[in-house]
Amino acid sequence: MSSAPVRFGVVVFPGSNCDADSYHAISTFPGASVQYLWHKDTDLKGVQAVILPGGFSYGDYLRCGAIARFSPIMQSVIDFAESGGLVMGICNGFQTLVEAGLLPGGLIRNTGLKFVCRYVNLRLETTDTPFTSACETGELLRIVVKHNEGNYTVDPETFARMQADDQIVLRYVNAAGERAEGANPNGALDDIAGVCNEARNVFGMMPHPENSVEAELAGGAGGRRIFQSMVDTLMAREVAP
Amino acid sequence: MTQRATLEAAIKLGLTEDEYAHICAIQGGEPTYVELAIYSLMWSEHCSYKHSRPVLGRFPTSGPRILQGPGENAGIIDVGDGWAVAMKVESHNHPSAVEPFQGAATGVGGIVRDIFTMGARPCVSMDSLRFGELTEPRQRFLLDGVVGGIAHYGNCLGIPTIGGEIYFEPSYEGNCLVNAMSAGMIRTDNIVRAIASGVGNHVVLIGSKTGRDGIGGASVLASQEFDETLEEKRPSVQVGDPFTEKKLIEACLELIHRHLVVSMQDLGAAGLTSSSSEMSSKGHVGLDIHADRVPLREADMEPWEIMISESQERMLAIVTAEQIADVREVCERWDLDCTVIGEVTDSKMLRIWWHGERVANIPARRLADESPVIRTPSVKPGYIVDEPVAVDDAAYPRPKDLGAALTQLLAAPNIASKRWAWEQYDYIVQANTMQIPGSDAAVLRIKDSQRGIAFSNDCNGRHCYLDPYRGAKAAVAEAARNLVCAGALPVAVTDCLNFGNPEKGEIYWQFEQAVEGIAQACEALDTPVVSGNVSFYNESFGQAIYPTPMIGMLGVYDDVSVHVDDAFKDEGDVIVMLGAEAAWMDGSEYQKVAYGKVEGRVPDVDLQLEVELQNKLRAAIEARLLRSAHDCAEGGLSVALAECCIASGSTGGAQFEDPEAPPSGRDGRWLGADVDLGSAAAVAGAAGRPDLALFGEAPSRVIVTVAPELLGPLDEVLGRLPHRVLGRVTGTNLRCTMQGKELFTVPVGELHSAYESLPQRL
Repeated sequence: MSSAPVRFGVVVFPGSNCDADSYHAISTFPGASVQYLWHKDTDLKGVQAVILPGGFSYGDYLRCGAIARFSPIMQSVIDFAESGGLVMGICNGFQTLVEAGLLPGGLIRNTGLKFVCRYVNLRLETTDTPFTSACETGELLRIVVKHNEGNYTVDPETFARMQADDQIVLRYVNAAGERAEGANPNGALDDIAGVCNEARNVFGMMPHPENSVEAELAGGAGGRRIFQSMVDTLMAREVAP
Repeated sequence: MTQRATLEAAIKLGLTEDEYAHICAIQGGEPTYVELAIYSLMWSEHCSYKHSRPVLGRFPTSGPRILQGPGENAGIIDVGDGWAVAMKVESHNHPSAVEPFQGAATGVGGIVRDIFTMGARPCVSMDSLRFGELTEPRQRFLLDGVVGGIAHYGNCLGIPTIGGEIYFEPSYEGNCLVNAMSAGMIRTDNIVRAIASGVGNHVVLIGSKTGRDGIGGASVLASQEFDETLEEKRPSVQVGDPFTEKKLIEACLELIHRHLVVSMQDLGAAGLTSSSSEMSSKGHVGLDIHADRVPLREADMEPWEIMISESQERMLAIVTAEQIADVREVCERWDLDCTVIGEVTDSKMLRIWWHGERVANIPARRLADESPVIRTPSVKPGYIVDEPVAVDDAAYPRPKDLGAALTQLLAAPNIASKRWAWEQYDYIVQANTMQIPGSDAAVLRIKDSQRGIAFSNDCNGRHCYLDPYRGAKAAVAEAARNLVCAGALPVAVTDCLNFGNPEKGEIYWQFEQAVEGIAQACEALDTPVVSGNVSFYNESFGQAIYPTPMIGMLGVYDDVSVHVDDAFKDEGDVIVMLGAEAAWMDGSEYQKVAYGKVEGRVPDVDLQLEVELQNKLRAAIEARLLRSAHDCAEGGLSVALAECCIASGSTGGAQFEDPEAPPSGRDGRWLGADVDLGSAAAVAGAAGRPDLALFGEAPSRVIVTVAPELLGPLDEVLGRLPHRVLGRVTGTNLRCTMQGKELFTVPVGELHSAYESLPQRL
C-alpha cells in the first residue's frame, strides 16, 4: 500500500551549515518529506524524525554545541526524544546531543589538533537501531568526516555499559573492515564514530551521511542506508495498527 | 576635531605632496582631517589602482556570456539555464605576512562578501599561496597559520574550499602571497549592483559593530613595502568572525531575493569610506552619512576612525522607506545589527556628519574618478636573457639514476601532494562537489540541472620571473588546459596580479609584459577577464617577489557527467600524449631541484596549437572516449605519468595507506604504466638527453588514457593534432624506456611515498 511520506525536520541553528545538505539528502528519498525547524521556535510541526545538522552553531566559539543546546527548539527536541521520537545528530548535531545529555560521552579536539576532512570507512556494529536497520552488521560505509572536535570520549563505567547494551553503532576501520592504525581520523576512544542512547531512538555520528547519498558526486552514496533505515522504520510505524 | 589636515599629516597618511595639492584644489583649501583620511585611503594604490589602471585597459573584458565585467564587486558569467556565476580573486598578502591566521581568514571573508553582495550564493573557494622555502622555520609558521586561517573561516561558512595551489620559492620569504578566490551561483534575474539611487532612501549598515581594527589596512599595509617595522603593523590586521559572516550571508541573500534592497555593497578595504563613496559616485547621487549613528565597539572613536575602520563582516545597503521594516525584521531574525546611518541625497556630495556637525564634504565623483594615474617609465631588467640556456654536461651533469631523480622531484615541495593542506578544508559541503582537490580542476554540478562548472588556478612565478610575458601567457593557457583536462569549456578569467614596487621601472616592465601576455592568451582562448585585483609593493627590504600574475578560471559543462580526472583507471588502457614534442630545462622544477639554478628563457606558448589541443581534447572527453586526462606541468612528462599512477589508488579521494588493502574504488589498487618515450632527439629543447625528455617542461602537453577499442575513434577526433601512443596502463610499477632501452622502473608505492612526504618536513 502507498502511504503519505514520512516527515523529517532539520533544525537550523545560527551557524548550521549542513542544514541545506541534510534537507537535500532527505529530499532524494521518494518516501520522505522534509522541513526546516527554526532554533527560536518550539513547535516541531508534527515531524516524525528530527535531524540536528552539522556546522558551527553559534560559531562554536564556546565548547561545540554548548550554546545550541539552550535554544528554545532543544527543549522540544528533548521532550520529543523522551517520548520515543527519532533524533539524529550529525557532527555538530552529535556534539549538541551530547551537550544536551541525550547521548552519553563527549567530543573533544582531534588528536591531530587540526580540522580533518577525509573519507573514512565505517563498520556497522549493530543493525538494532532505527538508523541502521536497513544495513547489515559488519557492512562498510564509505563517508566523509569533516570536523575539528570529533574525538569521542566517555568514562569507563558508562563505556562498559554502552558496550553491554550494544550502543556503539559505528566504528572507524580500514578498507578491509578491520580496526587499524591510521583508520581513526580523530583519536576517538575505541574508534567510535557513532553511538545511540539506551532507548535506541537517539543517534549521533561524526561522519556526514547527508554528503554521501548520490553516487555521481565525489561523496558517493555510502550514507544512503542510514536515511533509508529511518524512512523504513517510520513507514513501518505508520502502517502498524 | 583638533587634528589639522596639513601636508605633514597627509604624508603620514601615505599621500604625496602632489596628491595633497590636488586634494586642496578639489576641496577649495585645506581639507578637514576626516576628508584627508578619506582621500588618503581612496587614493591609495590598493583602492585607486593608480599605477595599474592605464595598463589594465589592455584586457579583453566582454563577450556574449559576460553579464558583468570589471568594476563591480565581482564579474558575472552566464552559464546557462538561467544560472550565472559570480567570481573574483583578491590578495591578502600583507595582512597574512604580518598575522598569517587572521590575515588569511579575513582574506577569505572579504572575497566571499564580494560574491554574496551581488546576490550570489558562494559555492566554492580556492586559494593560491606562495611562501619562502620550508627549510625556514618562519615559513612553516606562515604556511601553518595561513592554511589554518583559511580552514577556520571557510569551513565555518559552509563554503567548500576545493583546493588551490601552493608554491615555495625564496623570493616569497619576506612577502608571502595569499590570493583568495571565490565564486557563487546566482539566477540571472537576481543580480544586485553597488549603485546607490533614490533620493531620500535610507543608507543602512548591517552586521558587526565598528571598532579600531584594520585602521589604515589598505594604505599602511597594502600600499607599502615591508621593512623592519613589520611587527608594528600588526594592529592594522583585522580579526575575522566567520559566525557573523555566515549569518550575514543568509540575511543578505534573503534581502536580495525578496527584493528588499535597492543596492548593496560590502565594507572591505577602507571600510565605510570606500563603500559609501563608490556607491554614490556610481549612482551619481550624494550620500549623507551620520558617523555618530554607527554602532561602535569602542565608545570613544573619532569620526575619521569610524569612516576608515576595516572591521569585518559589515554590509551597506540602500533601502526604501517602505521596506525598512522588513529589512529590520530579517536582520533581527538573524541577530544582526541593522542601523540607518544616513540617506541618499541629490547633492552628489559625500557628506559626513558628527552629532549634527558636518565634518566632511567631498564631491563623490571626483573622489572616485580623479585619483591620480601614474605610469612609471618601464625598464627591462638586466637579468632577462633572450636565449634558452645551453644544457651542456659540465654545467648540467647527467643524473646517474633517473628513477631516483624522479622520486626526488615528486618529493619537492612544489610538486609533492598538498593533501596535508586540503584535508583541513571542507571540500564537500553544499553537496555539489564532483571532483575533490588533487586533480587538475575543481568540478561542481549545478543542482536540478545537467550542467556543471569547473575552476582552476595557475601561475608559475619562476617562469614569470624569467619572462613575464611568456610566463603570464602560459599561466592563462595552463589554467584553461587544466579545465579542459576535466572536460570543461573555459569561459572567463579572474586575475590577481602580484608584483613588487610599481614605482620602480623594472617592476613596471614586468607588470606591463605580464598584462600583455595575459591579454593575448585571453583573446586567443576567448576567456575575457571579468574581475581581479592588483597587489603591488610585494617587497621586503627592497627585494621584490617573483612577478606572480595568478590566473583563476571558470569552465562550464552542458553535461557535467562527462568529466574525467587524472587517475589511471584500468589495466590495459592505452596512454597517449597530445600536443607539443618539447621539454626545456629553462625555469623547470628539475633545474631548480637537481641543479639549484633558475636561468634561461622559458618556452613561448604556441596559442594556435594550444587552442587546437584544447578543442580536440574537450571533444574527445565530451564524446566519452577518454578514461583520464592530465596536464604536463612542473616536473614534465614523467611527473605527470607518476601522478596519474598515484591517483589511481585514490579513486574518489580515499587514501589507501596500505596498497595491499582490499579495494573500495573502481579498482582500488595502484596501477602502473609501461611507456616508451621514443627518441630524445625528436624532442625540442631536450638536447638529446633522456633526463630532459623525462623532466623538462613545455606548455601544450596532455596525457590521456583510452580503452584499447576506442583508440581508433580517438585518432579520428584528434585528426592532425600531434599525438603519440606512449604505452599502456599495466602492473604496479612505472616503467619508462626510450626506444626500448630501460630508463627506470619504480614501484608506484615508492612514488606515492615520495609524493606524500611533505608533512614530514612540516
